[in-house]
Amino acid sequence: MTVETASMRRGARTRPVKGLLRDTLVSFRREMTPALREPGGVLLGTIIAMLQPLLFLVLFGPVLAGGGGREQTWQWFIPGVLVMMCLFGPLSAGYSLLSELIGGAMERMLVTPASRTAMLMGRTLKGSLILLVQAVLIVAVAIPMGLRPDLVGVIVGIALLVVFGTGLGALSFVLAILSRPSGTLFYLVTQTVVFPLMLLSGVLLPLEAAPGWLRAVAALNPVTYVVEAQRRLFVGELAAPPVLYGAVVAVAVAAVGLLLATRAMRRAV
Amino acid sequence: MIHARRLSRGYRHRAKEIEAVREVDLDVAQGELVALLGPNGAGKSTLLRMLTTLLPPSAGSATVAGHDIVTDPAGVRSRIGYVGQRNAAGEEQRVHDELVLHGLWYGLSGSAARRRADEVVELLDLGEVAGRKPGTLSGGQRRRLDIAFGMVHHPPLLFLDEPSTGLDPQSRADVWRHVLRLRRERGTTIVLTTHYLDEADDMAERVIVIDHGRVIADGTAERLKDDLAGDRITVTLSDPEQGARAAGIAARIEGTGEVEIDGSDIRVRVPRADRALPRHLRELEAAGIEVSAARGHRPTLDDVFLALTGRSLEETNRQEVAA
Repeated sequence: MTVETASMRRGARTRPVKGLLRDTLVSFRREMTPALREPGGVLLGTIIAMLQPLLFLVLFGPVLAGGGGREQTWQWFIPGVLVMMCLFGPLSAGYSLLSELIGGAMERMLVTPASRTAMLMGRTLKGSLILLVQAVLIVAVAIPMGLRPDLVGVIVGIALLVVFGTGLGALSFVLAILSRPSGTLFYLVTQTVVFPLMLLSGVLLPLEAAPGWLRAVAALNPVTYVVEAQRRLFVGELAAPPVLYGAVVAVAVAAVGLLLATRAMRRAV
Repeated sequence: MIHARRLSRGYRHRAKEIEAVREVDLDVAQGELVALLGPNGAGKSTLLRMLTTLLPPSAGSATVAGHDIVTDPAGVRSRIGYVGQRNAAGEEQRVHDELVLHGLWYGLSGSAARRRADEVVELLDLGEVAGRKPGTLSGGQRRRLDIAFGMVHHPPLLFLDEPSTGLDPQSRADVWRHVLRLRRERGTTIVLTTHYLDEADDMAERVIVIDHGRVIADGTAERLKDDLAGDRITVTLSDPEQGARAAGIAARIEGTGEVEIDGSDIRVRVPRADRALPRHLRELEAAGIEVSAARGHRPTLDDVFLALTGRSLEETNRQEVAA
């Protein structure tokens, strides 16, 4: 047969790792271009992510600040805001995938020889990058307002956050793939899961004052550990055991999320 | 280009096993233009999705463009183009960007991908909308864009799933013009599905009729008509009382098939309507039977479908639109 096509002339496909990297970059570029062209969207997302907790801070700040000073309130509060953002952003990352699955764009790309794992990686990478930018923005805004975090702690904290967010984003992709073709499942789960996960993690209210049963439930919530680790990191307690627990949870969520997402994507029709 | 053997695909629906495609054998040679014709739900799309590696078969095997769909899907994917039923462009992407990215997915270099994108934009008259998002395009433009994706990497084999469904007549003609040009200029093998009878009739050289997941007929439109439906002539008598006599005369003429009386109309199956009509008129006149009107009728593909299944495809389509 005298069939000659692009991919036959090219050597990349014969080296799978190189192909994977290349396709991941293509996917990343595809995800980033619209965001860069209209950076307002990302900025608006960050503002909205901050608005809710800020309102909360204004209303309940005085209550929380009962014990310590202003600096302590921020030290306690900003890590919570970061984790909250991590729940809202990445968990809704599957939305764009879902709309491309319901439309024909994903199907069209699945018929190409490009790596499906790479298609997923590029999307995840974009979510993680945006999360990173938002986290840095929030910390930068909070410092003039009185936040005095430990420098090493905050860097490790944001790294931890990005790992956790990557896992949640991947899980969101799994959910999107499982929700085909109607997408109802996706909305149902994201709408019902995020709020309890947030409330039962001590993001906004200290769990120390909560009744025993609530603390027991919170102990089953992985988000609790990430929040606690984040708070310890912000005050510079890098070696505290909660930091380790939080890191284990974040890495575990990332590993499980990426594994499930890669598998779901390979099987996606 | 395509060799499928006993290709089958079933799925479970409400605890019942449904066979969407049943043991289909299919051979398509290089350069052919083949239309898969059948009502919605006949299994056309499922068959196409298996051949394009989107759906693994539950039984049977197939090689497409020289590669096995199950053991070497990547080999198949790099050699085919696929235009699905739904819109192929991402809503957030600009038309030209998305076409370049599509070339990159196929492993083209950046400059080659840009060149190919320019080329298909030009070929499919998308220049005006290249910088826009797909949401701002008209139905016809969007469909042309879908087809552009299928052509970016110059595949030797192109699958199109209902390329013209839902378009106005002008856009339909337009889509066809581009598909036929692609074939003429590049010798691309084209396999498409349609439930428009006139389309299969006018455009395809080979029509494969599919119903309930099986191939029930395969050939050129003319051949299918000759073999499965045949021509018909209808003569209208001035005096309906003469019906039985006229039918008797018609039946005695050489080559006559089934004769049917319907009021003052006599319908007769014949091998060639244009040749049979004058002879029938002469014989009737000789017998003193006055004919007030006469017409020859070449069968349509719908007559073929009717002869094969006892159902009219046109009627089936209409009922679906109404439902």
